[in-house]
Amino acid sequence: MFEIVEKVRLAHSVALFRLKAPAIASKRKAGQFIMLRLNEYGERIPLTIVDSDPEQGTITLISQEMGKTTSMLGALDKGASILDVVGPLGKPTHVENFGTAVCIGGGIGTAPVYPITAALKNAGNKVLSVIGARTKGLLILEDEMRKVSDELFVTTDDGSYKHHGFVTQILQNLIEEQTKINVVFAIGPLSMMRAVCNLTRQHGLPTIVSLNPIMVDGTGMCGSCRVTVGGKNMFACVDGPEFNGHEVDFDELIRRNRSYFKEEKMAMEELTYHEGPRCYER
Amino acid sequence: MLREVTLKPLADKSARMKIPRQDMPEQDPLERITNFREVPFGYTEELAMKEATRCLQCKDPQCVAGCPVNINIPWFVRLVAEGKFIEAAWKIRETNLLPAVCGRVCRQEDQCEKFCIRGKKGKAVAIGALERFVADYEREKGDVPIPEIPAWTGKKVAVVGSGPAGLTAAGDLVKRGHRVTIFEALHVPGGVLMYGIPEFRLPKKIVKAEIEYLKRMGVEFEFNAVIGKLFTVDDLFAEGYDAVFIGTGAGLPIFMNIPGENLVGVYSSNEYLTRVNLMRAYRFPEYDTPVLRGRKVIVVGGGNTALDASRTARRLCYEDVTVVYRRSREEMPARREEIKHAEEEGVKFLFLTAPTRYLGDREGRLVRAELVRMELSGPDESGRRRPLPAAGSEFQIDADIVIVAVGNLINPIIPLSSPDIRVNRCGNIIVEPSTEKTSKKGVFAGGDIVRGGATVILAMGDGRRAAYNIHEYLTDNKG
Ligand SMILES: Cc1cc2nc3c(=O)[nH]c(=O)nc-3n(C[C@H](O)[C@H](O)[C@H](O)COP(=O)(O)OP(=O)(O)OC[C@H]3O[C@@H](n4cnc5c(N)ncnc54)[C@H](O)[C@@H]3O)c2cc1C
Ligand SMILES: Cc1cc2nc3c(=O)[nH]c(=O)nc-3n(C[C@H](O)[C@H](O)[C@H](O)COP(=O)(O)OP(=O)(O)OC[C@H]3O[C@@H](n4cnc5c(N)ncnc54)[C@H](O)[C@@H]3O)c2cc1C
Ligand code: SF4
Ligand code: SF4
Ligand code: FES
Repeated sequence: MFEIVEKVRLAHSVALFRLKAPAIASKRKAGQFIMLRLNEYGERIPLTIVDSDPEQGTITLISQEMGKTTSMLGALDKGASILDVVGPLGKPTHVENFGTAVCIGGGIGTAPVYPITAALKNAGNKVLSVIGARTKGLLILEDEMRKVSDELFVTTDDGSYKHHGFVTQILQNLIEEQTKINVVFAIGPLSMMRAVCNLTRQHGLPTIVSLNPIMVDGTGMCGSCRVTVGGKNMFACVDGPEFNGHEVDFDELIRRNRSYFKEEKMAMEELTYHEGPRCYER
Repeated sequence: MLREVTLKPLADKSARMKIPRQDMPEQDPLERITNFREVPFGYTEELAMKEATRCLQCKDPQCVAGCPVNINIPWFVRLVAEGKFIEAAWKIRETNLLPAVCGRVCRQEDQCEKFCIRGKKGKAVAIGALERFVADYEREKGDVPIPEIPAWTGKKVAVVGSGPAGLTAAGDLVKRGHRVTIFEALHVPGGVLMYGIPEFRLPKKIVKAEIEYLKRMGVEFEFNAVIGKLFTVDDLFAEGYDAVFIGTGAGLPIFMNIPGENLVGVYSSNEYLTRVNLMRAYRFPEYDTPVLRGRKVIVVGGGNTALDASRTARRLCYEDVTVVYRRSREEMPARREEIKHAEEEGVKFLFLTAPTRYLGDREGRLVRAELVRMELSGPDESGRRRPLPAAGSEFQIDADIVIVAVGNLINPIIPLSSPDIRVNRCGNIIVEPSTEKTSKKGVFAGGDIVRGGATVILAMGDGRRAAYNIHEYLTDNKG
């Protein structure tokens, strides 16, 4: 059992959890994730380790309520426990002093981009960051990102805060202003990462993305998380989750992530029908 | 006197010879494809005693030599014939830690039963079914006593992976007085027994009961512990473990790299079976993990895994399930019993056929498979005839689910994190066969990680041999 020692609601459907998980906390590196299972009936879902505190033995997760599991997680409070947490999984981010790095987080993607940004800054890079959300209320980690960036740009799709538009527009501006850029890290919705890669490909800017396919075990055993990268089949949970964005077949991944659309809806309807809490008590 | 003694068994023998092999009663095929309950019901006491009476109590029993863990078969079978079921269970437990499992999933027809003298003319004694009966009887009567555990030797052993190899090694090591912790990547123990082999062939409560037994003997478990990620093998030594056994299995699914393999609806057998068995997707939405329920399912492969996947799909799909195998029926590696069960359940077979590509709709969902006929060439080095596609014989069939069950490779997580553990070209850990020693000091390995996809009982045999050699290593002190 993994106890929740802190919970903070960051936005309407986004919450931060600090979990007691000493072994994972002492091992994890930027870019890695865990898989959790809330209860006996639960699905195993992947979440990025946003931060860790080896002294306190805690890891930090940020979850956006998308479907049944994340909604049930969102309803848990400090003091509650999660049945299973396994990690750290996936390869750590390759961090070095590249020169100037642009870190882009779209929506909940800001959560996984944050530890990478911090690691890049630590390694001596000049870091320009761009974070964006649909609307002001959904924006997360603005202060944290500012602390680990040399410059931070913020966008909202609806213009309710800071720059009105998409994160890609900021990137486009940076490129047009002839800003020296050595590497781009982009994490967010698949369509956003695809757009970033289309742009950076034209300008020959190396781009790393972190993929979020559907996973079952997270240890390379099932192949559910397979993605086509550079024409080859890769298992994102062990070969990734980070890949050279220019080689990723995003269209295929977008289709694969819709595999269980019907079933996910059904699970959500069942959850709302039972008004949530009943489900955890089974 | 002498004549009497020799005559009596002879007369007895001919009576025994007349008893036909007793079949286990089974669930009706039409009924069983609507549920996930176990297919055979198992023997009643009467049937078990009758079957046991068929054994001729050979002086030089070949059956024992055929069993990889050398169960004293005539002895336990005789106890069954006399109605001493608990005593029979004890006899088996001396050499086999998982009798209820082996009785169900062992390839008896290639092992113990293959060498049974009664099989020479007629049918072998149903050793597996008797083993199963005895283990079930003992469990259902409750109160399985644990063997005496000696005082702690002061040594600790880490076992990585809780499949049959790891469980056996752990059991044998605690029996020798060492402390054992099993580190398991998943949230439950059992390995393939839990995530691979379906409920209707091996009920999970039986696996759980066998593992409970180990826990009572003092084996400790740490779940959600991926060795190579959370701890490396060196970390385990640093934590104070004196030796490590690696039994992490062969869990890396092979795909065929043909077009369309990443369409929605194409699964590896590992994923399909893990969703259904481990995550209980057959009870979705009661359990949260879904699995697609297609109308027409194709399973590619011819081993136990393919057959398990096809029979699972038969219980979940709406129309039909076809197994596509590139060789002929005779060459299928699956167990005869499983092929028979699959056929009874209405699974169709296409032999000498292989997929060439999969076709999808606009949303990337599988709708059809293109298959090609195969012709067998002359025998290759392995003695098997190699199937080659017959040009121009391609044809298409509708399918919304494909399950690829063409084998597994070795998961590289441990070798990658411990490069001093030597592996071969295919990624299998290299061991000294008689000791299960790896190239790294104090590290032993066995089961599928060494052999590639093998069997439960071979994995158990490795675990046993490793435990013996770990014990030697730990008590020897010169290492
Ligand atoms: C390596 C990795 C790291 C991740 N890190 C985070 C994180 O830090 N914070 C966070 O909020 N989410 C993260 N995700 C996504 C998260 O795992 C999914 O949102 C979650 O599995 C949805 O589960 P659910 O039962 O709540 O919703 P479901 O009912 O399963 O799905 C609801 C919706 O989410 C979509 N979805 C399903 N699975 C995924 C997925 N794997 N990725 C994206 N969308 C999905 C579905 O298409 C559907 O529209 C990560 C995913 C991966 C693979
Ligand atoms: C569908 C299917 C049907 C089968 N049917 C039969 C049958 O009828 N009869 C038969 O004899 N054999 C059968 N087999 C084969 C048999 O199951 C295997 O040979 C046997 O389970 C191998 O045992 P093992 O202990 O080596 O590994 P496994 O059973 O594979 O167990 C390995 C365990 O190690 C864990 N693990 C892996 N990596 C790590 C890590 N890095 N850290 C921690 N833990 C880890 C895994 O999660 C798993 O629990 C079947 C196999 C399959 C897949
Ligand atoms: S363990 Fe397997 S091979 Fe040995 S007697 Fe039992 S069924 Fe036969
Ligand atoms: S070979 Fe057959 S008949 Fe002889 S002891 Fe073994 S089981 Fe009995
Ligand atoms: S999630 Fe199963 S292989 Fe990656």
